[in-house]
Amino acid sequence: MLSVKALYTEYASEHGTVVKAAQNVAFEVPEGKLFTLLGPSGCGKTTTLRSIAGLERPVSGEIEVAGRAVYSSSRGIFVAPNKRNFGMVFQSYAIWPHMNVFQNVAFPLEVRKLARREIADKVMRVLAAVQLGHLVDREATKLSGGQQQRLALARALVMEPQLLLLDEPLSNLDAKLRDAMRTELKRLQREFNLTTVYVTHDQTEALALSHEIAVMNDGFIVQIGTPRQIYEQPSNQFVADFVGQTNFIGGTVTAVDEPAGRCRVMTALGELKAHAADGVVRDAAVVVSVRPEDVELSEQEPTPEADDNIVRTTVHAKDFLGEYLDFQVRVGDVVLQARAHSSLRTPTGDPIFVRMRAAKCVAIRTNTAPPASLASQQ
Amino acid sequence: MTEAVGRVEAMPHAEPPRWRFDSRWILIGVPVVLVVWLAIVPLTFLLWQSVLTPHTAARPAEFTLDNFRTAYFSADTFGLFVNSVVFATGTALFALLVGTALAWMNERTNTPFKSLFFALSIIPLVIPGILFTVAWMLLASPKIGLLNVALQGLFGTDMVFFDIYTMAGMIWVDGLHYSPIAFLLMTAAFRSMDPSLEESAQMSGASILQIAYRITFKLAWPAVLGSLLILFVRAIESFEVPALLGLPVGIHVYTSAIYQAIHQYPSQIGLASSYAITLLVLCCFGIYLQSRLSYQGSRFSTVTGKGFRPRTVDLGRWRWFAASLFVIYFLVIVLLPFLVLVWTSLQKYYSAPSWDALNRMSFDNYRSVLDYPGFWTTVRNSLFLSLTCASIIMIVAAVISWVVVRTKIPGRWLLDTLASMPLVFPGIVLGLSIMICYLYIDIGIYNTIWIMLVAYVTRFLPYGMRYVSTSMLQIHKELEESAAMSGASWSMNFRRIVLPLLKPGLLAGFVYVVIVSIRELSSSILLYSPGNEVVSIMIWELWQNGQYVELSALGVMLILLLFVLVMIAQIIGRRFGIAER
Repeated sequence: MLSVKALYTEYASEHGTVVKAAQNVAFEVPEGKLFTLLGPSGCGKTTTLRSIAGLERPVSGEIEVAGRAVYSSSRGIFVAPNKRNFGMVFQSYAIWPHMNVFQNVAFPLEVRKLARREIADKVMRVLAAVQLGHLVDREATKLSGGQQQRLALARALVMEPQLLLLDEPLSNLDAKLRDAMRTELKRLQREFNLTTVYVTHDQTEALALSHEIAVMNDGFIVQIGTPRQIYEQPSNQFVADFVGQTNFIGGTVTAVDEPAGRCRVMTALGELKAHAADGVVRDAAVVVSVRPEDVELSEQEPTPEADDNIVRTTVHAKDFLGEYLDFQVRVGDVVLQARAHSSLRTPTGDPIFVRMRAAKCVAIRTNTAPPASLASQQ
Repeated sequence: MTEAVGRVEAMPHAEPPRWRFDSRWILIGVPVVLVVWLAIVPLTFLLWQSVLTPHTAARPAEFTLDNFRTAYFSADTFGLFVNSVVFATGTALFALLVGTALAWMNERTNTPFKSLFFALSIIPLVIPGILFTVAWMLLASPKIGLLNVALQGLFGTDMVFFDIYTMAGMIWVDGLHYSPIAFLLMTAAFRSMDPSLEESAQMSGASILQIAYRITFKLAWPAVLGSLLILFVRAIESFEVPALLGLPVGIHVYTSAIYQAIHQYPSQIGLASSYAITLLVLCCFGIYLQSRLSYQGSRFSTVTGKGFRPRTVDLGRWRWFAASLFVIYFLVIVLLPFLVLVWTSLQKYYSAPSWDALNRMSFDNYRSVLDYPGFWTTVRNSLFLSLTCASIIMIVAAVISWVVVRTKIPGRWLLDTLASMPLVFPGIVLGLSIMICYLYIDIGIYNTIWIMLVAYVTRFLPYGMRYVSTSMLQIHKELEESAAMSGASWSMNFRRIVLPLLKPGLLAGFVYVVIVSIRELSSSILLYSPGNEVVSIMIWELWQNGQYVELSALGVMLILLLFVLVMIAQIIGRRFGIAER
């Protein structure tokens, strides 16, 4: 449906120097799927989205939607944003303050010169879908944050866009509202079967909403995968660190079992069995990434199963956080973060056993290969 | 009653409430009384005087409505009103047009060197109105104007190309003079507009024209109209241009009519007062509309996102054309006026540039200005007035802003309004009311330098207030509260915490007030007396005597001084992050 190939963008900064934003960005979004660009600020995700929208003119690359090229540097194509028929929700919502709710939503239909009756029908239908039906005549500036957000969404949906572009739509909402709107957004996207590109720096949003995620850093896409793949099998240190919390344990690969995708890594905790990320070879310097919730603690030594790593540690510190406990356990100089059920009451200083399943330990090369080669594999 | 007694008994340590004298009451009280006095009393006298006949030795003043009858129903009345409105509207429209075009090119296009231009946009503010007007006379007067002489020489005709002594000429000069203000106002308007409002219209499928009309124009409308009203008020109260260009050819507006009514014999104070009241009403109306608009405009302020850099319009080859417009603008507003003054100042008598004239250049005029009898007194007066007035204003403004921003004293909004009220007084109206006021209340300041000090403090207090209250709002309340918790008394707190934190704002405001009071003419013109002249009055007198060359020399020196002061204000502003105005 949407296909972005070898996209490069840059812009002149305030000091006149050229800043490179997106670098060799490429991905495909199938019909009806929600695709997320995830990364820290300044990673090029918004510029990529704005290039798809046509608000930014890339340096080179190809952007195609349903077989129609909207941008192609090789063929010299650039379709103006108002001719692309993509709906977009801006971070600031960009609600026009001089129009009321109805007028805001009707605008895209009015510029398309639809009949008045048809406009009213469509506006009311889409307002009902976002649960704003009762506020048609309200001044747009008199809406709450959540309502403005729904209004912005309604305005993007009313024109039945080929593609929906969302630029950090939830970042201006407070925490509780954000969770509710996230669920709502997901429902609407699935219900209308909208092909969507979503930009965010919030990993929870990305994991909860997406069919597929592209993690970006410094203009490059560093990994593309389903939320589960991104979280459980990060292919490099940046992704493991940026998405969720994790422990990194440094070591050297002693053996690789390619067909099974497993390897053994010599670390300060002893030899660990781990899942091998791409590019892990014998003798390579790696870090083993393991999430705190995958560091299982027990006072009795567990009976090892085939794929388990068992380590004897001591409790270094612990914090009671209500629903769970944060433990710091220690082996030599290595301190591991672990998350335990609040029923575990082992005192600080006591020995404790750690079990980490091999599938949850991911060995990642420390000197990750240049991201360019990674991106081009996609 | 018994209940109350019971309660007192329940608290054995409660002391009976005792009124204690606190230094804060003096500190707060004095500025409050001062503001009320400055803002209200002269206005009352103005109203009172407008309904009296001229007071002469033969007949005491008596109640009359004749002044208003003359002001409203004489044959000249209609012409006066029409002239004032045409002049002010024309000036406002011209300034807005120029300012908006420049602001748009600067903010939303890729015109080359635009950042340099923005830095230069502050420079026109250093040329006082009277010098700007004189310079344009030297450039475009039908007989001696350099532009006319040059073009006549070029085409070999006697034709007059430019005549500055017309309504159009007046609008041209005053409009140019106010265009930097329009530029700053519209730049702020363009900057405050969230670019995603336009982008989302584009994503909705709107064409450039549809966006321009339905989004950009509709959103900018309050700002445009508001700027227009501010410029209208500024123009209708401007004195230099109507006095220097209008009076000689009989084009009268309210400000010049007030001046004439006072300077004829016998002085028509009553008539001047009723003109002044008319002018005041017009200004109040303009300011009222403007504040209504800015209230409406604030409804339009929206949540702004991460402030993505607004896309600039690619002008293509036209951007060099745009850049040349910047150059031309800079030429007519700074370079030509300044150069013509420099040229004139180096001549023995006024003449167009030529080889002969080039050979006659000398610094004699500068020497003769410096040797001018009373020159140093004048300079001393100006310095004394501007420094004293700036100091008083900053102290009063600090206390008043503190009361308005920090306390919950009921009626503090009234204090704020009173302190900002003189903003509505046109300079000449203020001069007139103060003149009448101290003519009647004889406390010995009439005909002294002190009456000018009173006028300056009243007139520029609102500027000081704006600087101080902006920085006051930035001081977190807890900084004061923690000082109080540490045991500091109120006056100690004000001296050791509030004032030091306000210092940058006070300093920038101080320099700004010094600049505007050195340039002041329209109030001083009614209040000065022999021996109490200030620099702007000296320029005025040199003009009246036809001493153009000495005037130019004095003007060049004044502009250079003001330039240095503006640079200082800029540096302070930039270091402490205070925006101009």
